[in-house]
Amino acid sequence: MSASLEMPVSKHAEDSMHPIYLDYSATTPVDPRVAAKMIPYLTEDFGNPASRSHPYGWTAEKAVENAREEVAKLVGADPREIVWTSGATESNNLAIKGAANFYSGKGKHIITVATEHKAVIDPVRELERQGFEATFLEPEPNGLVDLEKFKAAIRPDTVLASVMLVNNEIGVIQDITAIGNICRENGVIFHVDAAQATGKVHIDLDKLPVDLMSFCAHKTYGPKGIGALYVRRKPRIRIEAQMHGGGHERGMRSGTLATHQIVGMGEAFRIAREEMDLENARIRRLSDKLLHGLETMEEVYVNGDLEHRVPHNLNISFNYVEGESLIMAVKGIAVSSGSACTSASLEPSYVLRALGRSDELAHSSIRFSIGRFTTEDDVDYTIELMKSKIDKLRELSPLWEMFKDGIDLSKVQWAAH
Amino acid sequence: MAYSDKVLDHYENPRNVGTLDKNDPNVGTGMVGAPACGDVMKLMIKVNDSGIIEDAKFKTYGCGSAIASSSLVTEWLKGRTIDEAYAIKNSEIAEELALPPVKIHCSVLAEDAIKAAVADIKAKQAAKETA
Repeated sequence: MSASLEMPVSKHAEDSMHPIYLDYSATTPVDPRVAAKMIPYLTEDFGNPASRSHPYGWTAEKAVENAREEVAKLVGADPREIVWTSGATESNNLAIKGAANFYSGKGKHIITVATEHKAVIDPVRELERQGFEATFLEPEPNGLVDLEKFKAAIRPDTVLASVMLVNNEIGVIQDITAIGNICRENGVIFHVDAAQATGKVHIDLDKLPVDLMSFCAHKTYGPKGIGALYVRRKPRIRIEAQMHGGGHERGMRSGTLATHQIVGMGEAFRIAREEMDLENARIRRLSDKLLHGLETMEEVYVNGDLEHRVPHNLNISFNYVEGESLIMAVKGIAVSSGSACTSASLEPSYVLRALGRSDELAHSSIRFSIGRFTTEDDVDYTIELMKSKIDKLRELSPLWEMFKDGIDLSKVQWAAH
Repeated sequence: MAYSDKVLDHYENPRNVGTLDKNDPNVGTGMVGAPACGDVMKLMIKVNDSGIIEDAKFKTYGCGSAIASSSLVTEWLKGRTIDEAYAIKNSEIAEELALPPVKIHCSVLAEDAIKAAVADIKAKQAAKETA
Protein backbone atom coordinates (compact mmCIF):
# COMPACT_ATOMS: atom_id res chain seq x y z
CA MET A 1 0.00 0.00 0.00
CA SER A 2 1.61 3.21 -1.12
CA ALA A 3 -0.73 5.20 1.13
CA SER A 4 0.77 3.70 4.26
CA LEU A 5 4.22 4.97 3.29
CA GLU A 6 3.11 8.57 3.45
CA MET A 7 2.82 10.43 6.72
CA PRO A 8 -0.86 10.51 7.57
CA VAL A 9 -2.12 14.08 7.53
CA SER A 10 -4.54 13.22 10.28
CA LYS A 11 -6.06 10.16 11.86
CA HIS A 12 -9.01 10.72 9.55
CA ALA A 13 -7.06 10.68 6.34
CA GLU A 14 -8.29 8.01 3.95
CA ASP A 15 -5.86 5.49 5.37
CA SER A 16 -7.50 2.21 4.52
CA MET A 17 -5.13 0.26 6.76
CA HIS A 18 -6.07 2.23 9.87
CA PRO A 19 -9.72 3.17 9.73
CA ILE A 20 -11.41 4.55 12.83
CA TYR A 21 -12.26 1.59 15.03
CA LEU A 22 -15.99 1.36 15.75
CA ASP A 23 -16.19 -2.38 16.24
CA TYR A 24 -15.73 -2.63 20.00
CA SER A 25 -18.43 -5.32 20.19
CA ALA A 26 -16.19 -7.58 18.12
CA THR A 27 -13.21 -7.02 20.36
CA THR A 28 -11.49 -4.20 22.21
CA PRO A 29 -7.85 -3.19 22.25
CA VAL A 30 -6.05 -4.24 25.42
CA ASP A 31 -5.85 -1.21 27.69
CA PRO A 32 -2.16 -0.20 27.96
CA ARG A 33 -2.45 -0.41 31.76
CA VAL A 34 -3.57 -4.02 31.36
CA ALA A 35 -0.78 -4.91 28.96
CA ALA A 36 1.81 -3.40 31.31
CA LYS A 37 0.56 -5.52 34.18
CA MET A 38 0.62 -8.71 32.11
CA ILE A 39 4.15 -8.54 30.76
CA PRO A 40 6.13 -9.47 33.92
CA TYR A 41 4.13 -12.70 34.14
CA LEU A 42 5.49 -13.78 30.77
CA THR A 43 9.14 -13.22 31.61
CA GLU A 44 10.12 -12.87 35.28
CA ASP A 45 7.12 -14.26 37.14
CA PHE A 46 6.54 -17.12 34.75
CA GLY A 47 5.87 -19.83 37.32
CA ASN A 48 3.09 -22.38 37.14
CA PRO A 49 0.41 -21.38 39.65
CA ALA A 50 -0.03 -25.07 40.44
CA SER A 51 3.60 -25.40 41.58
CA ARG A 52 3.46 -25.54 45.36
CA SER A 53 7.12 -26.20 46.04
CA HIS A 54 8.85 -22.90 45.18
CA PRO A 55 8.36 -19.12 45.04
CA TYR A 56 7.86 -19.10 41.27
CA GLY A 57 4.67 -21.03 41.73
CA TRP A 58 3.60 -19.06 44.81
CA THR A 59 3.99 -15.73 43.02
CA ALA A 60 1.96 -16.92 40.07
CA GLU A 61 -0.71 -18.38 42.32
CA LYS A 62 -1.00 -15.10 44.22
CA ALA A 63 -1.42 -13.18 40.97
CA VAL A 64 -4.11 -15.60 39.80
CA GLU A 65 -6.01 -15.30 43.07
CA ASN A 66 -5.78 -11.50 43.04
CA ALA A 67 -7.24 -11.51 39.55
CA ARG A 68 -9.98 -13.91 40.63
CA GLU A 69 -10.92 -11.42 43.33
CA GLU A 70 -11.05 -8.57 40.85
CA VAL A 71 -13.28 -10.51 38.49
CA ALA A 72 -15.54 -11.52 41.38
CA LYS A 73 -15.73 -7.93 42.64
CA LEU A 74 -16.91 -6.52 39.33
CA VAL A 75 -19.86 -8.92 39.25
CA GLY A 76 -20.70 -9.19 42.97
CA ALA A 77 -19.56 -12.79 43.32
CA ASP A 78 -17.42 -14.76 45.75
CA PRO A 79 -13.94 -15.46 44.26
CA ARG A 80 -14.57 -19.16 44.87
CA GLU A 81 -17.42 -18.96 42.38
CA ILE A 82 -15.11 -17.96 39.52
CA VAL A 83 -13.67 -20.67 37.22
CA TRP A 84 -11.09 -19.65 34.62
CA THR A 85 -11.70 -20.69 31.02
CA SER A 86 -10.28 -19.76 27.64
CA GLY A 87 -13.11 -17.33 26.87
CA ALA A 88 -16.86 -16.90 26.70
CA THR A 89 -17.31 -19.67 24.13
CA GLU A 90 -15.72 -22.17 26.49
CA SER A 91 -17.64 -20.75 29.45
CA ASN A 92 -20.91 -21.14 27.56
CA ASN A 93 -20.05 -24.70 26.55
CA LEU A 94 -19.00 -25.62 30.07
CA ALA A 95 -22.12 -24.08 31.62
CA ILE A 96 -24.67 -25.43 29.15
CA LYS A 97 -23.29 -28.90 28.49
CA GLY A 98 -21.93 -29.21 32.03
CA ALA A 99 -25.20 -28.36 33.78
CA ALA A 100 -27.48 -30.10 31.28
CA ASN A 101 -25.52 -33.31 31.57
CA PHE A 102 -25.14 -33.17 35.35
CA TYR A 103 -28.86 -32.60 35.91
CA SER A 104 -30.17 -34.64 32.96
CA GLY A 105 -31.84 -36.99 35.45
CA LYS A 106 -34.24 -34.13 36.23
CA GLY A 107 -35.25 -33.59 32.63
CA LYS A 108 -33.95 -33.05 29.16
CA HIS A 109 -35.53 -29.82 27.98
CA ILE A 110 -33.61 -26.56 27.49
CA ILE A 111 -34.91 -23.07 26.76
CA THR A 112 -32.88 -20.42 25.01
CA VAL A 113 -33.51 -17.51 22.63
CA ALA A 114 -33.15 -17.37 18.84
CA THR A 115 -30.97 -14.25 19.12
CA GLU A 116 -28.34 -15.77 21.39
CA HIS A 117 -24.71 -15.87 20.30
CA LYS A 118 -23.67 -18.96 18.32
CA ALA A 119 -21.58 -19.98 21.34
CA VAL A 120 -24.90 -20.66 23.10
CA ILE A 121 -26.98 -21.81 20.12
CA ASP A 122 -24.43 -24.39 18.98
CA PRO A 123 -23.88 -26.15 22.34
CA VAL A 124 -27.67 -26.37 22.69
CA ARG A 125 -27.88 -27.85 19.18
CA GLU A 126 -25.19 -30.33 20.18
CA LEU A 127 -27.24 -31.36 23.23
CA GLU A 128 -30.22 -31.86 20.91
CA ARG A 129 -28.12 -34.34 18.98
CA GLN A 130 -27.42 -36.10 22.28
CA GLY A 131 -31.13 -36.50 23.02
CA PHE A 132 -32.12 -33.23 24.70
CA GLU A 133 -35.02 -31.12 23.41
CA ALA A 134 -34.67 -27.38 23.00
CA THR A 135 -36.98 -24.39 22.61
CA PHE A 136 -35.50 -21.40 20.78
CA LEU A 137 -37.77 -18.55 21.83
CA GLU A 138 -38.42 -15.81 19.27
CA PRO A 139 -37.87 -12.38 20.83
CA GLU A 140 -40.25 -9.46 20.38
CA PRO A 141 -39.54 -7.08 17.47
CA ASN A 142 -37.52 -4.91 19.90
CA GLY A 143 -35.22 -7.85 20.63
CA LEU A 144 -36.47 -8.45 24.18
CA VAL A 145 -37.84 -11.72 25.54
CA ASP A 146 -41.52 -11.61 26.46
CA LEU A 147 -41.78 -12.91 30.03
CA GLU A 148 -45.15 -14.56 29.49
CA LYS A 149 -43.83 -16.42 26.47
CA PHE A 150 -40.80 -17.47 28.47
CA LYS A 151 -43.05 -18.74 31.26
CA ALA A 152 -45.20 -20.60 28.76
CA ALA A 153 -42.14 -22.35 27.32
CA ILE A 154 -41.27 -23.97 30.67
CA ARG A 155 -42.19 -27.66 30.85
CA PRO A 156 -42.04 -30.11 33.76
CA ASP A 157 -38.85 -31.53 32.25
CA THR A 158 -37.14 -28.16 31.66
CA VAL A 159 -33.73 -28.39 33.28
CA LEU A 160 -31.84 -25.35 31.99
CA ALA A 161 -32.46 -21.92 30.46
CA SER A 162 -29.84 -19.72 28.85
CA VAL A 163 -30.48 -16.04 28.07
CA MET A 164 -27.79 -13.46 27.33
CA LEU A 165 -27.54 -10.22 29.28
CA VAL A 166 -26.42 -7.86 26.47
CA ASN A 167 -26.88 -8.88 22.87
CA ASN A 168 -23.74 -8.73 20.79
CA GLU A 169 -25.41 -7.58 17.58
CA ILE A 170 -28.12 -5.19 18.73
CA GLY A 171 -27.00 -4.31 22.26
CA VAL A 172 -30.35 -4.90 23.97
CA ILE A 173 -30.36 -5.73 27.69
CA GLN A 174 -32.60 -8.62 28.71
CA ASP A 175 -34.44 -8.52 32.03
CA ILE A 176 -32.45 -11.34 33.58
CA THR A 177 -33.80 -10.58 37.06
CA ALA A 178 -37.35 -11.32 35.96
CA ILE A 179 -36.34 -14.29 33.81
CA GLY A 180 -34.19 -15.66 36.65
CA ASN A 181 -37.07 -15.36 39.11
CA ILE A 182 -39.28 -17.37 36.77
CA CYS A 183 -36.54 -20.00 36.57
CA ARG A 184 -36.23 -20.11 40.37
CA GLU A 185 -39.98 -20.57 40.78
CA ASN A 186 -39.84 -23.51 38.40
CA GLY A 187 -36.62 -25.14 39.54
CA VAL A 188 -34.84 -24.38 36.28
CA ILE A 189 -31.11 -23.71 36.29
CA PHE A 190 -30.41 -20.31 34.75
CA HIS A 191 -27.31 -19.51 32.69
CA VAL A 192 -26.52 -16.02 31.42
CA ASP A 193 -23.97 -15.16 28.73
CA ALA A 194 -22.56 -11.84 29.94
CA ALA A 195 -19.66 -11.59 27.49
CA GLN A 196 -20.88 -8.24 26.15
CA ALA A 197 -22.05 -6.88 29.49
CA THR A 198 -19.04 -6.45 31.78
CA GLY A 199 -18.07 -2.82 32.22
CA LYS A 200 -21.27 -1.77 30.47
CA VAL A 201 -24.01 -2.71 32.94
CA HIS A 202 -23.83 -3.27 36.68
CA ILE A 203 -23.94 -6.94 37.62
CA ASP A 204 -24.53 -8.05 41.20
CA LEU A 205 -24.62 -11.81 41.36
CA ASP A 206 -25.13 -11.63 45.10
CA LYS A 207 -28.67 -10.47 44.33
CA LEU A 208 -29.33 -11.75 40.82
CA PRO A 209 -31.24 -15.04 40.48
CA VAL A 210 -28.57 -16.44 38.17
CA ASP A 211 -26.80 -19.79 38.60
CA LEU A 212 -24.14 -19.66 35.89
CA MET A 213 -22.69 -16.65 34.08
CA SER A 214 -20.12 -16.47 31.29
CA PHE A 215 -17.48 -13.76 30.96
CA CYS A 216 -14.56 -12.95 28.74
CA ALA A 217 -11.76 -10.43 28.96
CA HIS A 218 -11.39 -9.20 25.39
CA LYS A 219 -14.66 -7.27 25.18
CA THR A 220 -13.64 -5.30 28.26
CA TYR A 221 -10.11 -4.15 27.28
CA GLY A 222 -8.43 -7.35 28.40
CA PRO A 223 -6.61 -9.94 26.30
CA LYS A 224 -8.20 -12.54 24.04
CA GLY A 225 -8.01 -16.18 25.08
CA ILE A 226 -9.16 -15.79 28.67
CA GLY A 227 -12.59 -15.93 30.23
CA ALA A 228 -14.39 -17.12 33.31
CA LEU A 229 -17.50 -18.95 34.35
CA TYR A 230 -19.39 -18.01 37.48
CA VAL A 231 -20.74 -21.11 39.22
CA ARG A 232 -23.06 -20.35 42.13
CA ARG A 233 -22.14 -21.83 45.52
CA LYS A 234 -25.35 -21.03 47.45
CA PRO A 235 -27.42 -22.90 46.44
CA ARG A 236 -24.64 -24.94 44.97
CA ILE A 237 -24.76 -25.59 41.25
CA ARG A 238 -22.91 -28.60 39.89
CA ILE A 239 -21.52 -29.00 36.40
CA GLU A 240 -19.80 -31.82 34.60
CA ALA A 241 -16.28 -30.90 33.52
CA GLN A 242 -15.75 -30.75 29.78
CA MET A 243 -11.95 -30.70 30.02
CA HIS A 244 -10.18 -33.37 32.04
CA GLY A 245 -6.58 -33.65 33.15
CA GLY A 246 -5.15 -32.46 36.43
CA GLY A 247 -8.25 -31.32 38.26
CA HIS A 248 -7.49 -27.60 38.16
CA GLU A 249 -10.23 -25.15 39.10
CA ARG A 250 -11.75 -27.57 41.62
CA GLY A 251 -12.12 -30.18 38.93
CA MET A 252 -14.39 -28.06 36.76
CA ARG A 253 -11.75 -27.06 34.21
CA SER A 254 -8.39 -28.76 33.97
CA GLY A 255 -5.39 -27.21 32.29
CA THR A 256 -2.44 -25.10 33.43
CA LEU A 257 -3.67 -21.61 34.19
CA ALA A 258 -2.52 -18.88 31.79
CA THR A 259 -1.18 -16.57 34.49
CA HIS A 260 -0.46 -13.55 32.26
CA GLN A 261 -3.90 -13.75 30.62
CA ILE A 262 -5.61 -14.12 33.97
CA VAL A 263 -3.68 -11.14 35.36
CA GLY A 264 -4.83 -9.19 32.30
CA MET A 265 -8.46 -10.09 32.84
CA GLY A 266 -8.23 -9.16 36.52
CA GLU A 267 -6.70 -5.77 35.75
CA ALA A 268 -9.20 -5.13 32.94
CA PHE A 269 -12.11 -5.91 35.26
CA ARG A 270 -10.62 -3.76 38.04
CA ILE A 271 -10.43 -0.80 35.66
CA ALA A 272 -13.98 -1.52 34.48
CA ARG A 273 -15.27 -1.51 38.04
CA GLU A 274 -13.56 1.77 38.88
CA GLU A 275 -14.26 3.63 35.66
CA MET A 276 -17.46 2.26 34.19
CA ASP A 277 -19.83 4.94 35.44
CA LEU A 278 -17.72 7.78 34.07
CA GLU A 279 -16.97 5.88 30.90
CA ASN A 280 -20.57 4.96 30.24
CA ALA A 281 -21.70 8.55 30.64
CA ARG A 282 -19.14 9.61 28.05
CA ILE A 283 -20.08 6.78 25.69
CA ARG A 284 -23.75 7.62 26.00
CA ARG A 285 -23.01 11.20 24.91
CA LEU A 286 -21.08 9.95 21.89
CA SER A 287 -23.74 7.40 21.06
CA ASP A 288 -26.54 9.99 21.26
CA LYS A 289 -24.55 12.30 19.05
CA LEU A 290 -23.96 9.58 16.47
CA LEU A 291 -27.60 8.55 16.45
CA HIS A 292 -28.88 12.12 16.12
CA GLY A 293 -26.43 12.78 13.33
CA LEU A 294 -27.45 9.69 11.39
CA GLU A 295 -31.16 10.21 12.01
CA THR A 296 -31.09 13.42 9.97
CA MET A 297 -31.24 11.05 6.98
CA GLU A 298 -34.47 9.48 5.81
CA GLU A 299 -35.32 5.81 6.21
CA VAL A 300 -32.87 5.09 9.00
CA TYR A 301 -33.96 2.47 11.55
CA VAL A 302 -32.38 1.46 14.84
CA ASN A 303 -32.46 -2.30 15.38
CA GLY A 304 -33.32 -3.34 18.91
CA ASP A 305 -35.02 -1.54 21.76
CA LEU A 306 -33.83 2.05 22.23
CA GLU A 307 -34.37 2.17 25.96
CA HIS A 308 -33.21 -1.27 27.12
CA ARG A 309 -29.85 -1.20 25.39
CA VAL A 310 -26.25 -0.35 26.12
CA PRO A 311 -25.16 2.94 24.57
CA HIS A 312 -22.03 1.23 23.26
CA ASN A 313 -24.01 -0.40 20.47
CA LEU A 314 -25.94 1.24 17.65
CA ASN A 315 -27.21 -1.21 15.07
CA ILE A 316 -28.76 0.75 12.26
CA SER A 317 -30.40 -0.17 8.99
CA PHE A 318 -30.08 2.25 6.10
CA ASN A 319 -33.01 1.29 3.96
CA TYR A 320 -32.51 0.78 0.20
CA VAL A 321 -28.74 0.53 0.53
CA GLU A 322 -27.08 -2.88 0.39
CA GLY A 323 -24.83 -3.77 3.32
CA GLU A 324 -21.71 -4.97 1.58
CA SER A 325 -21.54 -1.99 -0.77
CA LEU A 326 -22.04 0.18 2.28
CA ILE A 327 -19.14 -1.47 4.10
CA MET A 328 -17.05 -0.91 0.97
CA ALA A 329 -18.09 2.74 0.92
CA VAL A 330 -17.13 3.41 4.50
CA LYS A 331 -13.54 2.27 4.43
CA GLY A 332 -12.63 5.11 6.76
CA ILE A 333 -14.36 3.35 9.65
CA ALA A 334 -14.09 -0.24 10.89
CA VAL A 335 -17.64 -1.49 11.52
CA SER A 336 -19.49 -4.73 10.92
CA SER A 337 -22.49 -5.47 8.76
CA GLY A 338 -25.51 -7.62 9.45
CA SER A 339 -25.22 -8.92 5.95
CA ALA A 340 -22.93 -11.89 5.47
CA CYS A 341 -22.67 -11.35 1.74
CA THR A 342 -19.23 -12.79 1.32
CA SER A 343 -20.83 -16.21 1.18
CA ALA A 344 -22.70 -17.24 -1.93
CA SER A 345 -25.84 -17.78 0.11
CA LEU A 346 -26.30 -14.06 0.89
CA GLU A 347 -27.77 -14.84 4.28
CA PRO A 348 -28.74 -11.79 6.27
CA SER A 349 -28.12 -11.72 10.02
CA TYR A 350 -30.13 -14.38 11.89
CA VAL A 351 -30.48 -11.98 14.79
CA LEU A 352 -32.11 -9.25 12.69
CA ARG A 353 -34.31 -11.83 10.98
CA ALA A 354 -35.45 -13.09 14.39
CA LEU A 355 -36.63 -9.53 15.14
CA GLY A 356 -38.83 -9.79 12.08
CA ARG A 357 -36.78 -7.30 10.07
CA SER A 358 -37.31 -7.57 6.32
CA ASP A 359 -34.47 -9.00 4.28
CA GLU A 360 -33.74 -5.56 2.84
CA LEU A 361 -33.43 -3.96 6.25
CA ALA A 362 -31.37 -6.86 7.55
CA HIS A 363 -29.05 -6.58 4.55
CA SER A 364 -28.72 -2.81 5.00
CA SER A 365 -27.59 -2.85 8.60
CA ILE A 366 -24.38 -1.60 10.15
CA ARG A 367 -23.31 -2.21 13.72
CA PHE A 368 -21.46 0.77 15.17
CA SER A 369 -19.91 -0.07 18.51
CA ILE A 370 -18.29 2.66 20.54
CA GLY A 371 -15.68 2.21 23.24
CA ARG A 372 -13.06 3.60 25.55
CA PHE A 373 -10.88 5.15 22.87
CA THR A 374 -13.62 6.62 20.66
CA THR A 375 -13.44 10.41 20.41
CA GLU A 376 -15.92 13.09 19.49
CA ASP A 377 -13.92 13.72 16.30
CA ASP A 378 -14.39 10.06 15.38
CA VAL A 379 -18.15 10.44 15.73
CA ASP A 380 -18.23 13.69 13.72
CA TYR A 381 -16.21 12.08 10.95
CA THR A 382 -18.45 9.01 10.95
CA ILE A 383 -21.64 11.06 10.63
CA GLU A 384 -20.29 13.03 7.67
CA LEU A 385 -18.89 9.93 6.01
CA MET A 386 -22.15 8.01 6.39
CA LYS A 387 -24.21 10.89 5.06
CA SER A 388 -22.15 11.35 1.93
CA LYS A 389 -21.87 7.62 1.16
CA ILE A 390 -25.52 6.84 1.86
CA ASP A 391 -26.49 9.69 -0.49
CA LYS A 392 -24.22 8.31 -3.17
CA LEU A 393 -25.43 4.70 -2.84
CA ARG A 394 -29.07 5.77 -2.76
CA GLU A 395 -28.46 7.74 -5.96
CA LEU A 396 -27.38 4.37 -7.37
CA SER A 397 -30.24 2.38 -5.88
CA PRO A 398 -33.27 1.44 -7.98
CA LEU A 399 -35.10 0.63 -4.74
CA TRP A 400 -34.58 4.16 -3.43
CA GLU A 401 -35.88 5.55 -6.73
CA MET A 402 -38.97 3.36 -6.49
CA PHE A 403 -39.50 4.38 -2.87
CA LYS A 404 -39.26 8.06 -3.89
CA ASP A 405 -41.79 7.38 -6.67
CA GLY A 406 -44.18 6.05 -4.04
CA ILE A 407 -43.99 2.42 -5.11
CA ASP A 408 -44.69 -0.15 -2.37
CA LEU A 409 -41.72 -2.50 -2.70
CA SER A 410 -43.45 -5.27 -0.79
CA LYS A 411 -46.03 -5.48 -3.60
CA VAL A 412 -43.49 -5.80 -6.42
CA GLN A 413 -43.12 -9.22 -8.01
CA TRP A 414 -39.38 -9.84 -7.76
CA ALA A 415 -37.60 -12.41 -9.85
CA ALA A 416 -35.80 -14.21 -7.01
CA HIS A 417 -32.58 -15.86 -8.08
CA MET B 1 -12.42 -9.14 0.83
CA ALA B 2 -10.10 -8.02 -1.91
CA TYR B 3 -11.71 -6.47 -4.93
CA SER B 4 -9.95 -6.14 -8.28
CA ASP B 5 -8.85 -2.67 -9.36
CA LYS B 6 -11.47 -2.69 -12.11
CA VAL B 7 -14.28 -3.46 -9.66
CA LEU B 8 -13.03 -0.70 -7.37
CA ASP B 9 -12.80 1.75 -10.28
CA HIS B 10 -16.38 1.09 -11.39
CA TYR B 11 -17.60 1.13 -7.82
CA GLU B 12 -15.88 4.43 -6.99
CA ASN B 13 -16.72 6.04 -10.33
CA PRO B 14 -19.79 4.30 -11.69
CA ARG B 15 -20.48 5.08 -15.35
CA ASN B 16 -23.89 5.98 -16.71
CA VAL B 17 -25.87 6.07 -13.49
CA GLY B 18 -29.41 7.20 -14.06
CA THR B 19 -32.75 6.65 -15.61
CA LEU B 20 -34.19 7.06 -19.11
CA ASP B 21 -37.84 7.79 -19.86
CA LYS B 22 -39.45 4.39 -19.53
CA ASN B 23 -42.45 5.53 -21.57
CA ASP B 24 -40.26 6.40 -24.56
CA PRO B 25 -41.03 3.77 -27.23
CA ASN B 26 -37.30 3.57 -27.98
CA VAL B 27 -36.34 2.77 -24.38
CA GLY B 28 -36.16 -0.78 -23.05
CA THR B 29 -36.03 -1.51 -19.34
CA GLY B 30 -34.74 -4.62 -17.62
CA MET B 31 -35.05 -5.04 -13.88
CA VAL B 32 -33.73 -8.25 -12.35
CA GLY B 33 -32.93 -9.62 -8.91
CA ALA B 34 -34.76 -9.23 -5.64
CA PRO B 35 -34.15 -7.17 -2.49
CA ALA B 36 -34.36 -10.37 -0.45
CA CYS B 37 -31.35 -11.74 -2.32
CA GLY B 38 -29.37 -8.57 -1.73
CA ASP B 39 -29.24 -7.34 -5.30
CA VAL B 40 -31.53 -5.61 -7.78
CA MET B 41 -30.33 -4.23 -11.12
CA LYS B 42 -32.23 -1.86 -13.36
CA LEU B 43 -30.82 -1.38 -16.82
CA MET B 44 -32.32 0.98 -19.42
CA ILE B 45 -31.27 1.17 -23.06
CA LYS B 46 -32.25 3.66 -25.74
CA VAL B 47 -32.25 2.20 -29.23
CA ASN B 48 -32.28 4.24 -32.45
CA ASP B 49 -34.20 3.32 -35.60
CA SER B 50 -31.25 1.30 -36.95
CA GLY B 51 -31.38 -0.95 -33.87
CA ILE B 52 -28.23 0.50 -32.36
CA ILE B 53 -28.05 1.26 -28.65
CA GLU B 54 -27.44 5.01 -28.31
CA ASP B 55 -27.60 5.31 -24.57
CA ALA B 56 -27.59 3.04 -21.55
CA LYS B 57 -28.22 3.86 -17.89
CA PHE B 58 -28.31 1.76 -14.76
CA LYS B 59 -29.17 1.75 -11.11
CA THR B 60 -28.11 -1.12 -8.86
CA TYR B 61 -28.83 -2.13 -5.30
CA GLY B 62 -26.18 -4.64 -4.41
CA CYS B 63 -22.58 -5.29 -3.53
CA GLY B 64 -19.59 -3.63 -5.17
CA SER B 65 -19.29 -6.39 -7.76
CA ALA B 66 -22.95 -6.03 -8.73
CA ILE B 67 -22.53 -2.26 -9.13
CA ALA B 68 -19.35 -2.76 -11.15
CA SER B 69 -20.94 -5.43 -13.40
CA SER B 70 -23.85 -3.18 -14.30
CA SER B 71 -21.65 -0.11 -14.74
CA LEU B 72 -19.38 -2.06 -17.08
CA VAL B 73 -22.21 -3.33 -19.28
CA THR B 74 -23.58 0.18 -19.78
CA GLU B 75 -20.19 1.06 -21.30
CA TRP B 76 -20.21 -2.04 -23.48
CA LEU B 77 -23.77 -1.58 -24.69
CA LYS B 78 -23.41 1.86 -26.23
CA GLY B 79 -22.89 1.56 -29.98
CA ARG B 80 -23.85 -2.09 -30.16
CA THR B 81 -26.91 -3.49 -31.91
CA ILE B 82 -29.53 -5.08 -29.71
CA ASP B 83 -28.59 -8.49 -31.13
CA GLU B 84 -24.94 -7.91 -30.23
CA ALA B 85 -26.06 -6.81 -26.78
CA TYR B 86 -28.14 -9.95 -26.40
CA ALA B 87 -25.06 -12.05 -27.15
CA ILE B 88 -23.01 -10.65 -24.22
CA LYS B 89 -22.20 -13.47 -21.82
CA ASN B 90 -21.72 -13.29 -18.08
CA SER B 91 -18.33 -14.97 -18.42
CA GLU B 92 -17.03 -11.97 -20.39
CA ILE B 93 -18.17 -9.64 -17.62
CA ALA B 94 -16.69 -11.84 -14.90
CA GLU B 95 -13.41 -12.08 -16.78
CA GLU B 96 -13.14 -8.35 -17.44
CA LEU B 97 -13.74 -7.54 -13.76
CA ALA B 98 -11.77 -10.54 -12.42
CA LEU B 99 -14.71 -11.53 -10.22
CA PRO B 100 -14.04 -14.23 -7.61
CA PRO B 101 -16.26 -17.35 -7.69
CA VAL B 102 -18.60 -16.08 -4.96
CA LYS B 103 -19.34 -13.01 -7.09
CA ILE B 104 -20.07 -14.75 -10.39
CA HIS B 105 -23.79 -14.36 -9.72
CA CYS B 106 -23.32 -10.58 -10.11
CA SER B 107 -22.21 -11.07 -13.70
CA VAL B 108 -25.11 -13.46 -14.29
CA LEU B 109 -27.46 -10.80 -13.03
CA ALA B 110 -25.94 -8.22 -15.40
CA GLU B 111 -26.40 -10.59 -18.35
CA ASP B 112 -30.00 -11.19 -17.25
CA ALA B 113 -30.56 -7.43 -17.06
CA ILE B 114 -29.35 -6.97 -20.66
CA LYS B 115 -31.59 -9.79 -21.88
CA ALA B 116 -34.57 -8.33 -20.01
CA ALA B 117 -33.96 -4.85 -21.45
CA VAL B 118 -33.60 -6.22 -24.98
CA ALA B 119 -36.77 -8.31 -24.55
CA ASP B 120 -38.61 -5.18 -23.41
CA ILE B 121 -37.52 -3.11 -26.41
CA LYS B 122 -38.41 -5.95 -28.77
CA ALA B 123 -41.84 -6.22 -27.19
CA LYS B 124 -42.31 -2.47 -27.58
CA GLN B 125 -41.25 -2.63 -31.24
CA ALA B 126 -43.58 -5.56 -31.91
CA ALA B 127 -46.45 -3.66 -30.30
CA LYS B 128 -45.62 -0.64 -32.46
CA GLU B 129 -45.69 -2.73 -35.67
CA THR B 130 -49.02 -4.36 -34.86
CA ALA B 131 -50.52 -1.02 -33.85
